[in-house]
Amino acid sequence: MAKKKALTKDRLVWMYKQMVRIREFEERVKRTFVEHPGVIRGHTHLGDGAEATIVGSLATRDDDDLAMPSYRCHGYPLVLGTSPRKMMAEIYGRKDGLCGGFGGSMHLADPEHHFPGTSGIIGQAITHATGAALTAQVKATGQVIYCFFGDGSTKQGAFFESLNLAAVWNLPIVYILENNHYQAYTHISLEGANYRAGDPLSQKAQAFSIPGVTVDGTDPLRVYAAVGKAADRARSGKGPSLIEAKFYRLSAHGNAITVPPVPTQFPEHEAVEVYGKKKEFADAKKNDPIPRFRAALIRKGVLRNTDAQRIEAEAHAEMEDAVQFALASPKPAGEEAVKYVYA
Amino acid sequence: MAREMMYGEAIATAMIEEMQRDSNVVLYGQNLAMTERDPMLRKFGKQRVRIAPISETAEMGVAVGAALTGLRPIVELWMSEFMLVAFDELINEAPRLRYMSGGQVKVPLVFKAGYGFAAGWAGQHSNCVYHSMMGIPGLKIALPSTPADAKGLMAAAIRDDNPVVYLHHYMLTLDKGPVPEGEFVIPFGVGDIKREGTDVTIVATGWMVKKSLAAAELLAKQGISAEVIDPRTLAPLDTKTIIKSVQKTGRLVLVDQATRHASAAAIIAAEVAEHGGKALRAPLKMVTALDTSIPFSEPLENFVLPSEEKIVSAVKSVMARQAAGV
Repeated sequence: MAKKKALTKDRLVWMYKQMVRIREFEERVKRTFVEHPGVIRGHTHLGDGAEATIVGSLATRDDDDLAMPSYRCHGYPLVLGTSPRKMMAEIYGRKDGLCGGFGGSMHLADPEHHFPGTSGIIGQAITHATGAALTAQVKATGQVIYCFFGDGSTKQGAFFESLNLAAVWNLPIVYILENNHYQAYTHISLEGANYRAGDPLSQKAQAFSIPGVTVDGTDPLRVYAAVGKAADRARSGKGPSLIEAKFYRLSAHGNAITVPPVPTQFPEHEAVEVYGKKKEFADAKKNDPIPRFRAALIRKGVLRNTDAQRIEAEAHAEMEDAVQFALASPKPAGEEAVKYVYA
Repeated sequence: MAREMMYGEAIATAMIEEMQRDSNVVLYGQNLAMTERDPMLRKFGKQRVRIAPISETAEMGVAVGAALTGLRPIVELWMSEFMLVAFDELINEAPRLRYMSGGQVKVPLVFKAGYGFAAGWAGQHSNCVYHSMMGIPGLKIALPSTPADAKGLMAAAIRDDNPVVYLHHYMLTLDKGPVPEGEFVIPFGVGDIKREGTDVTIVATGWMVKKSLAAAELLAKQGISAEVIDPRTLAPLDTKTIIKSVQKTGRLVLVDQATRHASAAAIIAAEVAEHGGKALRAPLKMVTALDTSIPFSEPLENFVLPSEEKIVSAVKSVMARQAAGV
């Protein structure tokens, strides 16, 4: 049985720091589209709004546990210890990138830091995380796999097949359903049967006779409690659980899809751009998990205002350094492209 | 030392030997190891031998994730068409993850299935779908045609650090042949000359090797010496052995159970045209399935598929013709 990491003062401050680091990183990615047009190619997806869910979940992990999310993948490795310099350089397509410029924003991988990789195809990575849980079980490593995916993924066969198989095989995995209310550009009311019926998405767990709970994904402590319980359950051999963490994605699905020579750019959130729901978006911003957690920690006397400011300044400097490192990194030589096809 | 063994038995032997050698090898699939009496289950236990739900996407995707993290899964998929259910995992996940990670990870797994079941399985269960896997960088494809190759290629597939599609031909399952005992690994990308000859090169895979050898026997009686080459793996493809043979014989017949434009033969033809075309003394000929789905009733099925007679007639036609202007 794993020792549960106690929520000491230091741990709570650490959680706040990780949330701020993720936000700062994502902000710098987004600003790049304006400040350095053309530097980021392809399609980039941001996790702002998900910080409480990411950090609340990963705060429960043991040192060897793996995190396996979808292509919206920047936040997790930051928490796991991956270098933001290498991440930014990867997103900029540079030689010093985490994957040498072979993967880009959607395909960050850092196995040394318990982050085996991601898939850009919605839902498919759920099967891979389930496979990692098979490895943990067969090799009796004691690991738990943290599998993150969005509400859109739960419409894929990969989701249903994985949860059924994980339940039958009793695999040590926690399925963390990030309900950010938009399936790419489509609002959940247009694609979610449970949502339309007024039911939580965690209800899907009943189809596989496994525990399913819904939590406020903007509160890292509620996420911590629910995911921690599910992780303990998984580690003690009782099998998978489904946690629906509800929050609101604060940026658009991804940068606008442009055709060269038009540089890529980041549009307004779909709520505003597509659906004209300005109030919905304004309310979501008011519910931003980061200032809320900051205020809560100050209120509890865990964090002083000056400490919070120092954490924010440090994160700012860290990500500024990441941007400068990435900008200065050379692009890979074309002939590198034939590497890594086969092991 | 070699032992007479059936093709199907040779595959199982390789799997057992590799599972004994490496505890990271696991096996699962639908409708296998259903009872405690199952011999694989008894040998290797419930952790390493599992029955899977009818969920190709999860079965194949789970293998990808397990391979990423240190296991070497063999997924028994039974029929190659079932892989089509999980085409994303086959084409867009398993072979891409290593590359996209910049070489940080590897995905050693085997997707095993039978194919080409020309025994009344009709349109959806007897096709040759390997064409859609060829040309997917990162993916390897093995198609054994003899019991010995079946063993050696399965051992190599399990030991390979890349995703491998291992396709065994259903019509060869009961064929017997000598199989080396103990460790026997056939490296991928090394074609085998199944019969030496001087007048014409026949390239074939799987069941078509057997048919080509039978055709070569008939041709020999008529004074035509055919060389029969089995590339054994389509990816990597041993074009060198094929081109060397064509340079010797100057004539080429490509036999493939797949439909014409979805055949490995078409790819081999292109390679020979570019790299060995000058050696051809007559235009090459492709003997493939007709461009239809596979029909159910026996005479319909026979009509569509390549046969000894069709191979013999193709060989005679390249023997008779001279390449115009080459």
